[in-house]
Formats: sequence, C-alpha cells, structure tokens
Amino acid sequence: MAFPHRDLTGIGRLARHEILYLLHEAEQWVELNRQSTKHTDLLSGLTIINAFFENSTRTLLSFEIAGKRLGADVVNMHAATSSVKKGETLIDTAITLNAMRADAIVIRHASSGATGLIADKVDCPVLNAGDGQHEHPTQALLDALTLRHALDERGEGAEDFTGLNVVICGDILHSRVARSNILCLTALGANVRVCAPPALMPAGVEAMGVSAFHNFDAALEGADVVMMLRLQSERMSGQFIPSPREYRHLYGLTAERLALARPDALVMHPGPMNRGVEIDSEVADLAGRSLITRQVEMGVAIRMACLDILTREARGVEGWAA
Amino acid sequence: MKQARPFTITNARVVTPAGIVAGALRCAEGIIIAVGPDVAPQDGDEVIDARGKLVAPGLVDLGVFAVDKPAFHFGGITRAALMPDQSPPLDLPSRVGFIAKSGKPDLWVHPLAAATRALEGSELAELALMQQAGARGIATGRRWIADSGVMLRLLQYAAMLDLVVVAHAEDAGLAGDAVATAGEIATRAGLPAAPAEAEALAIARDIALAELAGAKLHLRQVTTAAGLDLVRAAKARGLPVTCGITPAHFMLSDLATVDYRTFARLSPPLRCEADRQAALAAIADGTVDVIASGHDPRGPEDKRLPFADALPGMAGAETLLAMVLTLVRDGVLDLSRAFDCLARNPARLLGVPAGELSEGLEADIALIDPDAPWIIDRRRMEATADNTPFDRQGAQGRVLGLWKGGVRL
Repeated sequence: MAFPHRDLTGIGRLARHEILYLLHEAEQWVELNRQSTKHTDLLSGLTIINAFFENSTRTLLSFEIAGKRLGADVVNMHAATSSVKKGETLIDTAITLNAMRADAIVIRHASSGATGLIADKVDCPVLNAGDGQHEHPTQALLDALTLRHALDERGEGAEDFTGLNVVICGDILHSRVARSNILCLTALGANVRVCAPPALMPAGVEAMGVSAFHNFDAALEGADVVMMLRLQSERMSGQFIPSPREYRHLYGLTAERLALARPDALVMHPGPMNRGVEIDSEVADLAGRSLITRQVEMGVAIRMACLDILTREARGVEGWAA
Repeated sequence: MKQARPFTITNARVVTPAGIVAGALRCAEGIIIAVGPDVAPQDGDEVIDARGKLVAPGLVDLGVFAVDKPAFHFGGITRAALMPDQSPPLDLPSRVGFIAKSGKPDLWVHPLAAATRALEGSELAELALMQQAGARGIATGRRWIADSGVMLRLLQYAAMLDLVVVAHAEDAGLAGDAVATAGEIATRAGLPAAPAEAEALAIARDIALAELAGAKLHLRQVTTAAGLDLVRAAKARGLPVTCGITPAHFMLSDLATVDYRTFARLSPPLRCEADRQAALAAIADGTVDVIASGHDPRGPEDKRLPFADALPGMAGAETLLAMVLTLVRDGVLDLSRAFDCLARNPARLLGVPAGELSEGLEADIALIDPDAPWIIDRRRMEATADNTPFDRQGAQGRVLGLWKGGVRL
C-alpha cells in the first residue's frame, strides 16, 4: 500500500516516499480546483467532522472546502473556548464523534499530542489540523506542493528538494508549522536553517537536522526560499520580544534584507500575516516571488488528497481494503 | 493493636546498618529485643522461619502525596511522611493532628507541615503548633518558595524548632509552566520545557540560605548532575544538607515521555540520559540519602489528557523496593546502604525511633524475598490508581510478610 497509515497525526510518522505520494496525489485536485466545476462525488455519503478546539478561519475553511468538493457531508464543530480544554471532555468528545459514525475527523487542539490521543479512541481516520506546538502536517505538505510548483515553473523542478536552501524565520519555539516544515523539508533533502531570537529558539533543535541562526542576515545568505512565521502579538509585548518594531528591526523581511538571499529567492508565509512586522507588504506582494496566495490554493488540494487517501479503506477502493 | 506475645524470626539474613547478619531477630511488646547470629527463640515465643530470606526494616517513605495503605503494605512501607499538598493543605494544627492518627495502628503517617499558609509561599504557617500536633518536618510542597526572604525566615524558624525543611528544588521563574526538560525530546514533541539548570539554581539558593540559618535542609528530589554536584559539595563542607530521589528519575529518562505518555509526566520532569547516569553515580557515592516512592496515585481524570494538561505524579509505593533492589543487583549500592536510603536515613530525618533493625527500636519489619520475580501490571495494582510508568516491566523482590510495631499485617 502506498500509504499504510490510518491517521495523519504528523509528518514525523511519514517516510519520504509517503510524503512524495501525498504530493503526487494532490496534483489531480490542483487541476480540478482550477476548473469552473470543482466537484466530484468521490466521497459521496461520507461524513467528515471538523472538530476545532482552537480558533481558526483559514484552516477550517480550507478543510471544509476540501471535503465539500469531494462530495462529502462536512460538519464543523466549534469548541474553541478554553473551558472545553479540560478533563475528560476531550476524550468524551472524541467518543461522541465516533458514536456519530464520522468517516474522518479533522482536529485542531491547543495541546501538543491531543490529536494522537483522540486517534487512539476513535475508529475512523483522524487528521491533525494543528496540535499545540507539535505539528501541523497539512501546512507542511501544502508548502512543499507550493514550492514544487514554483520550482517546476522555473524549470528547476526535481523529484525532491535536494540542495535547496530554505530559511524558516520567526517564533520557532511555539510554532507547529516550523516543526512540520523542518521534518518535511529535511525528509525531502533540503538544507534547512531556522532563525529566531534566543528566547524563541527551542533547545536542541539542531538534532532535527537543521542549523540554527540568531542573525537573520547571516541566515539569508545563499537562501533559495525564505519562509516567514507569524509572530503572536502577545509575544511582542516584552515577555519574549521588547516590541513589534524591535522585532521588525532584527527579523522583519524587508526588501533590503531579501536582497541578501539568492537573487530570485522565493518568499512564503503560512498566514495570517502581520504586515509591517515580520514581513513588509512590498515583499509579501512581490509578483513572481511571493508564493503566499499560492500556498492557500495548494492547501485545498493537499487536504483533498489527504481526505481521499485516508478514506480509501472505508470506501473499499481496490488495493486499499484492510 | 498491641503485640500479643514475643516472636523470633529465625534462619534469616538480617539487614543491619553494619551489614547482613545471618541469624535471628526477637521482638516483644512492639520493640526489637535482640538481633544477631546467636539470638534464639525463648520459651513461649512464636517462631517464624525466614527460610534464609531477607529480614529488613519496614520502609519509611519520605514525601508521599496520598495515604494509600494497600499500596504501602504491598511495598513493605510501614511509615510514610505525607506531603502537605492535600485538599485542604496541611497548614493548620488540627489537620496535622488528624493526619498523624489516620493510619494507625498498621501504618504510621508522619505529616509534613505546610511551610506557608495554603502553600502559597508568602506567609509562614503555624509551624510550632503543627509540630506539637505531630508534624515531623516542614515541606514547601510541590513548589519552590520563590521569595528568598520568606525562605530564609522559614529556615531560621525551622532551625529553632529543630525540624527538617523538605524543599522542592525548581526555580519558579525558569520552570514557569514547563512540563518537560528542555532538549531534543521536548523540542520534537512541542512541549513547554524548562532548562535542567532550573534545579541547580534553586538548590544553590536554598543551600546558601540553609547555611545562613543553620537549618537542616532536605531536597526531596534532586535529579540533575549539576544539582547533585551542589549537594555533594555542601556535604563536603559539613552542612546538614541531604537529598532524595524517586526511582523514576534513576530508571527513566525523558525518552519515556515520547508519544506523550502521561504516566511519565512528573515533577520535576524526567531528565536527559546523562542526568540519569549522574543520579546513579550519586546513589553509589552516598550523595543521595533517601530513595522514596513519591507516591501520587492519579486516576484517568488527571492522566487521560494531553501531556501538558495532565497532572504530574506516579503511583510508586508498590514498585519502590523492587526498583532499589535492581540497583543492588546492578552493584550500584549494597543491601545495607539500600535500606539506609529506604528506611534508616528517612527515619533519622523525621526523628522517629525506627528505620533500622537495632535493639530498642520499633519492631517495623519486612520479610523480603529479594529475588522473587514478578511483572508490574497496572491492571492489578493495590494502589488507588494505576499510574505507573513501569507497566509491564519485569521486576524482582517481593514482600512476604510485614510487621508494624510487632504486629503482623
């Protein structure tokens, strides 16, 4: 079987060829999403529940659109109040969703490992839409797909990212996007540099196969791709960073700073952006080099691919039955 | 319950502070009357044939979080010093007095008085009145006292009362809301983590203040190489500083938290492998005085949660003896020293006449088969909860019989 996992809890569980398979399978959905009729009945009759225990607009919308375009019945459960974080509630909720015979459950939760905990309690595939500071696997997959398309269009496409220099800059410590991207990009052969002030750099991150920088200018030298992370405003009020303008001074991606990277370096951001803080508008809107809106587009295709693949067993697709 | 008639345990390997003695042990009226190779039963004695097994002091478990009699008795524990972190906390003489009587006659619970009211680390609790009510020591609770002024006044007061202060050593500012030790494992898992140095920082301060106050300081759990070095140095300077550890920190490293296993969510958190090795070395060289269970049974409502949301603690009373006997088999320490750490040293810190098999002391005795193999199985535990990180591991060493004050349990 090309993808022998029931759940998608993290990139850390996937082998290189499995990541490549997911990217490959997403291509057909990129095609479909560019048609005027963006619908198939592939998942007709299946119920997908998006259980979001943490606020989200983009990811939730992206998963909802993905499910609907595949013809599934999609239900969104907003439990994004802090009071539902506690106690048996989480597992009880999982058991409840399971009893409603969902065919796939998409989960976002503020605690690292929460998705895996739920996956142990339910009988259907579970997709991690972000668990605490642990992983956000579909974001890393959509970033890889975006990058692959951009490189293909330049005639630099290859099977993976061997030799590509990628800088990830921002709040590495608290970022699940950073962790999933580190795992995904290194699995595909890229040289990953992470850049953050000391207070936002996790201990021992080099063990994940990356090099760590505090100096953004130094990190940018020879970079092919610059991936900026969103900085939560509450972390810029003195606890970690003295102020937003001080953060911009050291870590903001300005046009001048981008010039330190390779001349045609690509710019990415998982959104939503703090324009004028971690990224200047001038850079975010740079035609031909900013991939930020493309990332959103690829997000739907990747999530369609994940939902398709993980429901194949239940749908009795030939070669995928248990 | 009083001991009805004298008894003699014959054909035993008796664990004494001086070493293992092949012989017998005789008790009457709840007291050890004679120990040695030449001791023989007298007329009217009940005679118990130990068949060459180990006769050791009943364990004195310093710093448990719950009174859990079946688990304690399974583990050979006859006395337990209860942490003040109860609901409500042990910060009033009446509560201490109630707890001091709660386990009798077959388990003696020695309450540790809350150092500060509600364990909040700001105002001293009524320590002398709690001592009068039966408190055998003072504890800061699960937390460190962040205010150095409060800690100094506490230590001075404790020195005056001649009570040991049992401290939790984690710098609060560094530890914050961390649930793991900073390093590769926590980084990969995305868990809030604090540097291991949070421990050494707290120990350095507490030792300095204890020296200033002339107080007895017991650091309940020291788990890092740097922290153990500080304790070693303080002892070398002759300070009355002692330290303890629980088996989790010498048997496991932070690898046990991979996959968010909440039974390995402990406070202080599990450390890296190098720190675990340092803990073993410190047990071997005598830096560690006390090995305790840290018994903290927690049910699924506290543990079946995402790692960072789960509460810390493990049920350890049943596995304490077997884990320490593992160290004996591995040559880390000998049997005599093992029971120093399990009974004699904690009894001395608490000032109770027990913890060793010597004439005139309480007849708290465990008959132990140190080699009996068993499998730790959380579904078949005596404790009120099953949160052991050692589930399904093999272990050796079982308690065959237990006497509290000369009465067989």
